[in-house]
Amino acid sequence: MRVDTSGDMRGNRGIRVFLVDDHALFRTGVKAELTRAGTADPSAPPVVVVGEGGSVDEAVTGIGHLCPDVVLLDVHMPDGGGAEVLRRVRPERPDVVFLALSVSDAAEDVIAVIRAGARGYVTKTISGRELADAVCRVHAGDPVFSPRLAGFVLDAFAQRPGEAPVGDPELDLLTPRERDVLRLLARGYAYKEIAAELFISIKTVETHVSSVLRKTQLSNRYELSRWASDRRLV
Amino acid sequence: MTIVSTPADQATGIRPPIPPVTGPPRLRRHRPDRVIAGVSSGIAEHLGVPVLWVRVIFVALAGLGGAGLIGYALLWGFVPATEASARRPSTARDRQQAVGLVVLGAGLALAGAALGTAWGGWLTGPLGVALVGAGVVWREADASQRTRWRSGAGVVSGMFFGAGKMALLRVLAGIALVTSGIAVFLLNQGNLGQWRFALLAAAATLVGVAVLTVPWWLRLMRALGEERRARIRTEERAEIAAHLHDSVLQTLALIQQQSDSAREVRRLARGQERELRSWLYGPQGYGRAAQARTNGGTAASAFAATLHAAAGEVEDTYAVSMQVVVVGDCALEEPLPALVQASREAMVNAAKHAGIAEVSVYAEIEPGQVHVFVRDRGAGFDPATVAADRHGLADSIRGRMERHGGTVTLRTAPGEGTEVQLAVARRKGGEET
Repeated sequence: MRVDTSGDMRGNRGIRVFLVDDHALFRTGVKAELTRAGTADPSAPPVVVVGEGGSVDEAVTGIGHLCPDVVLLDVHMPDGGGAEVLRRVRPERPDVVFLALSVSDAAEDVIAVIRAGARGYVTKTISGRELADAVCRVHAGDPVFSPRLAGFVLDAFAQRPGEAPVGDPELDLLTPRERDVLRLLARGYAYKEIAAELFISIKTVETHVSSVLRKTQLSNRYELSRWASDRRLV
Repeated sequence: MTIVSTPADQATGIRPPIPPVTGPPRLRRHRPDRVIAGVSSGIAEHLGVPVLWVRVIFVALAGLGGAGLIGYALLWGFVPATEASARRPSTARDRQQAVGLVVLGAGLALAGAALGTAWGGWLTGPLGVALVGAGVVWREADASQRTRWRSGAGVVSGMFFGAGKMALLRVLAGIALVTSGIAVFLLNQGNLGQWRFALLAAAATLVGVAVLTVPWWLRLMRALGEERRARIRTEERAEIAAHLHDSVLQTLALIQQQSDSAREVRRLARGQERELRSWLYGPQGYGRAAQARTNGGTAASAFAATLHAAAGEVEDTYAVSMQVVVVGDCALEEPLPALVQASREAMVNAAKHAGIAEVSVYAEIEPGQVHVFVRDRGAGFDPATVAADRHGLADSIRGRMERHGGTVTLRTAPGEGTEVQLAVARRKGGEET
């Protein structure tokens, strides 16, 4: 684990980010991208990388020691991957927010890490600007749904003919409004655009997305648990 | 991206129980903890109960006409052994207790038999002796297998004689017990005719040989299974290597040759990424091999694949990145091919005119109809000012969709990006997958 003292701005209200990835090259790249994004747009809250971890153990120690605001978490790592970090850190530090970052877009990876407790999922091809934006968003308490994740969730909650009746309608069904919001997310709309499209406030969009995230994490729908257990990540 | 659920899931509509997060440890015999063969301690770990309970239950069952003995023998034969144990090692007290229980179990079984219960009598006689002999031989075979693991000796040489003179003596003693048990049993049958005696003797000899060679047969079967697994692994590895060679290495070579053209490098990298992704995660891809390939998932999941392929072609031609999200899937029946072609035309338009690096494509298959949305955040345009000689939108998209009973909605304005919304009703009887 490396502690970056130069970036440690405890007093300042920047967003303190901890980076977990087993590829050092990738960590360096993300750090550079985040810094560049910060200098390009001074109005956004500064995103500061306060530490990095190259393995599950390093990550657990580092997060416990540094108490970052947001952890950028790689899904695939030796010794259990991102889900293992979530499992070990979450009980002790429920206030730390996790944003998963991966090259994979297999449904089982995405759903598994969301169900393990991550508040969002972005692919590694995301630009620095968008990544900084996603970090701010999860830090503010909103989930980050990429179009792909929205597609997976829609598919998981789709009603199929001959399906067993739902166990808990509260968790196992999406409301029509949540479905609308997810469809627009999958079509590549930003929250602001969704709000304008559906004539609702951005706050309401965020509420819908948060409720979808909660259902994705807690529902017992077969598709969700199958995806999550396929890779034994959860 | 395509999400394919196996048809079996929907056909039955049964929601299986959620698989446990971490299952109990698999049932294995525990050699490190063993007193006879490690069956009890293996079961105890599998069920998460104290080993003493398991042993007591076996002893109690042994009293019931030897049922416990038979159960133990079957588990011994069919549960594979392991050297590793997550449990704490057993203490000397545990072992003393266990040996006591074994003696008690044997006593109970004999007592039950001696009291003359109708179905337990066989234990007191010569067959009981044969049983003890078989037990000795099996235990020795277990031990010799461990030695073989350590030394890596061959199957047959390490069979029974892996552990020196004492082991050999024990095996011979076991064989002697079995043989004499069977012999005495035969002689006791008394007043049999010559022919019947000969037949019975032959049958008994066969049974004796079968009992003695049980460990060997089981091991042979396991060795065969192991070999098959190894062969499958090798084939898998060869397939992966071939694929990586054909695709990834070739692309890397091309990228090195063309490293001065950023556009070309990006195009190659995107194309290779797409190909590798569909191979890993796609419906017919490597990762889905087990489910999708066997049930010939091609016909039922053709729409998503075709749309992905169309997006891929546009991506290759115009070096823009296509974000394709498909929810649901279905067969590519009329009028869906026209929908895919119209979508492709919309993607080409976005790639050519929007002046932007990324285009979102979203398709949703519903029971009644199929929607496709092609959206970019690029330049946008004013539909009223499009020159009359530009046919892309009018003919290729609107005309095509209307011929097939579909609709086109266009949302655009200069500087606002463009979204083309395509919808078409599915024919009746379309099969949802």
